[in-house]
Amino acid sequence: MKFSVTVTLKKNILDPQGKVVENTLINMGMNSIKSIRQGKYFLIEVDENDQSIAEKKVDEICKKLLVNLIIEDYKINKF
Amino acid sequence: MKSSVIVFPGSNCDRDIAVALEKMQFKNQMVWHKETKLPKSDLIVLPGGFSYGDYLRSGAIAGKSLIIDEVIKAANSGCLILGICNGFQILTETGLLKGTLLRNKNLKFINKDVHIKVLNNNTKFSNKYKNNQILKINIAHNEGNYFTDPNHLDELNKEGLIAFKYCDEKGNINNDTNPNGSLENIAGILNLKKNILGMMPHPERMIDEIISNKDGINLFSSLLN
Repeated sequence: MKFSVTVTLKKNILDPQGKVVENTLINMGMNSIKSIRQGKYFLIEVDENDQSIAEKKVDEICKKLLVNLIIEDYKINKF
Repeated sequence: MKSSVIVFPGSNCDRDIAVALEKMQFKNQMVWHKETKLPKSDLIVLPGGFSYGDYLRSGAIAGKSLIIDEVIKAANSGCLILGICNGFQILTETGLLKGTLLRNKNLKFINKDVHIKVLNNNTKFSNKYKNNQILKINIAHNEGNYFTDPNHLDELNKEGLIAFKYCDEKGNINNDTNPNGSLENIAGILNLKKNILGMMPHPERMIDEIISNKDGINLFSSLLN
């Protein structure tokens, strides 16, 4: 079973990389941009047939290693 | 006094800290991260560098390595732990120190000698310094922007857990003297029991007049005191 995980910095945390990308795009003339936040993307394959058990495992993976809960949020999606 | 320096793939200040410790008459051992037993140590050092190439987050992978379980056990039983630069990042990833280190506010890797002020000299790591003493110490990092939640920041201030703050040569602590955007100019913090110190500046680089200065020496002589 495959899942995707997106990790992003929390709203109130400064994201300097996202800001630089945002500013660059605006400098390139793309004026309709409101804001850009940069994050990380993981594609995880779990050897498990039960979706709720698999999701729990992915959640554990996120909490234990992939995400720093002090500064980051995450979202799990079935792939 | 016996010390152990933990070595991870990508550590690059491990030899420097070993030289500093040996110069100060510590009996030092290098411990590879795959070891599952720690030699008897009064001090454990997590050195600077780029453990695991900073993959995922600085210090995240090293923070889950085999030897870290032993470091946590030792820390909880009162052993002195010093994390410098990447070592500080690893300590926050293990949870031994609260908070985290974000990317430098100006997005640049900063390598320069900066001034820091000693805020609390009533610790095992700083008793040979004077309170408010200003030191000139090298920093070399990309993620040194300390961040924590307001409750913990409150605790840091109330309990005297902020060891060092960035300042200028006169001791002024403000935005202009903050190299990396760190919260309240924090350069180093202690845990509540004060047996763990994490700091971004490199005291091990400041032990010899020929190559820099000797402002880092008293951190090591404090530990021997």
